[in-house]
Amino acid sequence: MYVALILVPLLAAAVAAAVPSNRLRPWLLPAVAVTHLALTIVSLSRPAGPFVNRWLALDPPGRLVLLLISTLFLICSVYSVGYLRLRAELSNRIFCVALLLFLTMATFIAMSRHLGLLWVAMEATTLATAPLIYFNRTPRSIEATWKYLLVGSVGIALALLGSFFLAYAAVQQGMEPSLQLDQLLRDAPHLSKPWLHAAFILLLVGYGTKMGLAPMHTWKPDAYGEAPGVVGALLAGGVTTCAFLALVRVDHICRSAGDSAYCGRLLVFLGLLSMAFAAAFVVGQRDFKRMLAYSSVEHMGILSLGLGLGGAAVFGSLLHMINNAMTKGVLFLSAGNIHRAYDAKTTDEVRGAMRRLPLSGTLFLLGFLAITGSPPFGPFISEFAILNGAFDGRRFLVGAAFLSLLLIIFIGMGRTVLTVVQGRPSAAARRTLYRDGLLTGLPILASFAIVLLFGLYIPSPLRAMLHDATQYLEVRP
Amino acid sequence: MALIFVHVLLLLAMPPFLLGVINRTKAWFAGRTGPPLLQPYHDLIRLLRKDMVFSTTTTWVFRAAPVVTLSAVLLAGLIVPFGSFNAPIRFTGDLILFAYLFGLARFFTTTAALDTGSPFEGMGAAREVTFACLSEPALFLGFLVLARISRSISLTPMLLGPLHAPLAGLAIASVALVAAGLFVVLLAENCRIPVDDPNTHLELTMIHEVMVLDHSGPLFGVILYGAAMKLFILSAVVLHVIAPFQTGVAAFDWLLFVAEMTGIAVAIGVVESVMARLQLRHVPTLLVAASLLCGFGFLLMLR
Amino acid sequence: MSSTLNAALVVVLLLNLLALGTSRIRALVQAVALQGVVLGVTPLLAHAHQSAVAGFIAIATVVIKGALIPRILFKALRDAQIKREVEPLVGFVPSMLLGALGTAVSIALAAMLPLAPGHAQTLVVPAALSTVLTGFVLLTSRVKAITQVIGYLVLENGIFIFGLLLLEALPSLVELGVLLDVFVGVFVISIIIHHINREFDSLDTRRLSSLRE
Repeated sequence: MYVALILVPLLAAAVAAAVPSNRLRPWLLPAVAVTHLALTIVSLSRPAGPFVNRWLALDPPGRLVLLLISTLFLICSVYSVGYLRLRAELSNRIFCVALLLFLTMATFIAMSRHLGLLWVAMEATTLATAPLIYFNRTPRSIEATWKYLLVGSVGIALALLGSFFLAYAAVQQGMEPSLQLDQLLRDAPHLSKPWLHAAFILLLVGYGTKMGLAPMHTWKPDAYGEAPGVVGALLAGGVTTCAFLALVRVDHICRSAGDSAYCGRLLVFLGLLSMAFAAAFVVGQRDFKRMLAYSSVEHMGILSLGLGLGGAAVFGSLLHMINNAMTKGVLFLSAGNIHRAYDAKTTDEVRGAMRRLPLSGTLFLLGFLAITGSPPFGPFISEFAILNGAFDGRRFLVGAAFLSLLLIIFIGMGRTVLTVVQGRPSAAARRTLYRDGLLTGLPILASFAIVLLFGLYIPSPLRAMLHDATQYLEVRP
Repeated sequence: MALIFVHVLLLLAMPPFLLGVINRTKAWFAGRTGPPLLQPYHDLIRLLRKDMVFSTTTTWVFRAAPVVTLSAVLLAGLIVPFGSFNAPIRFTGDLILFAYLFGLARFFTTTAALDTGSPFEGMGAAREVTFACLSEPALFLGFLVLARISRSISLTPMLLGPLHAPLAGLAIASVALVAAGLFVVLLAENCRIPVDDPNTHLELTMIHEVMVLDHSGPLFGVILYGAAMKLFILSAVVLHVIAPFQTGVAAFDWLLFVAEMTGIAVAIGVVESVMARLQLRHVPTLLVAASLLCGFGFLLMLR
Repeated sequence: MSSTLNAALVVVLLLNLLALGTSRIRALVQAVALQGVVLGVTPLLAHAHQSAVAGFIAIATVVIKGALIPRILFKALRDAQIKREVEPLVGFVPSMLLGALGTAVSIALAAMLPLAPGHAQTLVVPAALSTVLTGFVLLTSRVKAITQVIGYLVLENGIFIFGLLLLEALPSLVELGVLLDVFVGVFVISIIIHHINREFDSLDTRRLSSLRE
């Protein structure tokens, strides 16, 4: 069953490379997505079965991530069909192959219980997503791809060094080294402390680079700004989630070693720093896709903050992981539509999106409200949970900083978004023939429905999975 | 007593021979026969017989400089041990005197150059001083490594250290690095390729020659002799780090020393023949690299 | 055994210095290739007993780092027709000084990390950290895209050096992981360089600066 989850997208990638028709190829994507989601639901409904070699298994956090990636991919794949139809002049072979390879690798990451395997899969996602950013073949997009590859590769290299440090922490104590998760969790209290700390820092910086935590986030505005909307949604929702899962695993090991205070401090610090960077750059941002990139930096900061605070805030973090991915789906896909309609992405040229594109414009506005934490949407619940966790742990200063940064970002983003959606399209602005269609509109609606649902009521199976994951990550001192 | 006598004899007599060896090596590389090995001696004698001309803009500094330079270098030569023998003069901290004697010599040479009032000499003086600034750290860091290995700050024990005490693993690496760095310093201080071309006749590209353009006659001979002695002394220092060998028998050790010094002169000749002179703006990079080599050696010693 | 390993690592440190100070890109590629060859030989020096796996890994490393990757880089150089690096953001002499400072910091940091009894006298950790820092300096301060890639390769070399400590315990994983990383990275990056060159007619990354705040 697990093997099927990986093989299906992999074989589909091979098929996509072989299919000659540019028109038919995109339909492979939703087909695979539906199959993958079905397989995922079947796997999740079974109890956690025997592990393959103890290297691949679905533990509670992995289940969450797998379900999330699968759903997000389904939404994006349906959108891609519509998108690729609009860009019929470009060959979409590399696009489709890269998307399917990304799904394969993301599944690997969700199921991996060996840090080495996790690392290889993460590296593979970097390589698989790079061609996607370059899809438009403009000079700016190649600049963005270059930065993404270079910074991402450096991050991955540092994560490898961190993994080596972790293995050496066992060798130094005379134990048998292993990068297998269960073994590491068992051995954690006996590992050499200096090496463990150094490993944690390197892994945090390395996987943080892939997540887009400040100050390693410099590739994000360029990559998200120049990539097509659907690619942005997958990067912001999928790749960052995978990197966050890696960070969760590393933090789990560190906490099992008894170093919760050390890890927690670093995570909280980087979290607040990311939010601060996002706040600084989002105010006065004229390009709304870059604004979304900074919003992603902010939310990675929130995830890191929740993880660092520990306790009840971890529940908030995991829930936020899901909410963030879905909302970013709404935002990036609708932003992509707006970009397509106006052939521009700055506030000078884009006005009155709600009149020009009723569906995308309205959803863009509602998505903005959701991502900045307004009720009745999902992110409000998760951010509230994290705030609760902060105050429960008597971290009042952290909670206050969290709230004020959220406010600044709300104001900053609000200016840009409201300028884009309100008003009337200026007569001199460019108009393309684009209109919201079924394939480019329905996925956004579906994503939005999920965000709204989670704001009102979290279905009990999901709630159970979240609780399981939180329990799993909790470490009794 | 005999030791001191041989030491002084070599110090006085051998330097021009080294110059001759270098020139002969370069000629051999170029496929020429080249000047006779004893040519520098003939040059010095010829210069002694000539008249001197002094520019009206010069003062006593111009006349004093060659003499001060030679005396400082001569004194420095008495502090440095040759081969496996002690130096005639040694006391704690004499390595600082060594560095400052060279500094004194350089100071007077550059001041004499500035004394002439000619722009060419001033330009050469500026370059000389800049490159000296950059090569001093290399020299000092190298000495620091040797001082740490031998646990003394007198030149004789320091330089004879690698000879007497067998070196442990990392110390060998440090000494090797210091050897490389000091060899670069040797090339820089004596204005050899790749830092400066002693055969160039274009003033704009000269460093050392342009400083001594205005000297003539016996004083010019004194300058040439002093430069050759400086080369000899620095080669003796570098020899200690590159080839610390001894046979145990005094006479053979002196012969070994003479042979090794000739070997270093040949090496300098080879380097001059196979490399081109560096662009002036790249010379600081080379000197900083030499300092860093010695610095690395020092860092390794710290562990 | 450990002293030959230390000697090899000192050579690696010197090559780092050379890489930071030279402005000729060919010399840089040759320095990194030589570094790769020296590193390829080190698994044989680090093992107390030679094993077939170590030998295979050594040969593979020497071939990939010493021959294959430099060939790709030389070909990219020929296509782009560049010979020299322009004066970088930090300057060559300051880069060397930064590298030396990084080496000093690495030695200090390494002193804080205790080593297993079998590894006590080796320079592996300082050499690894110093090479990683050298790679960083090259990556961040150089202007041409191809020199940035070479900086990344030096970074990978640093990680490989550290992997030497884990050879007995996790041999295959370490080496194959790093080799795969390097190979795929350079493969992809050379494609990107080809595209950059085609788009901008130059590999000067200062041209890639239209995206800014």
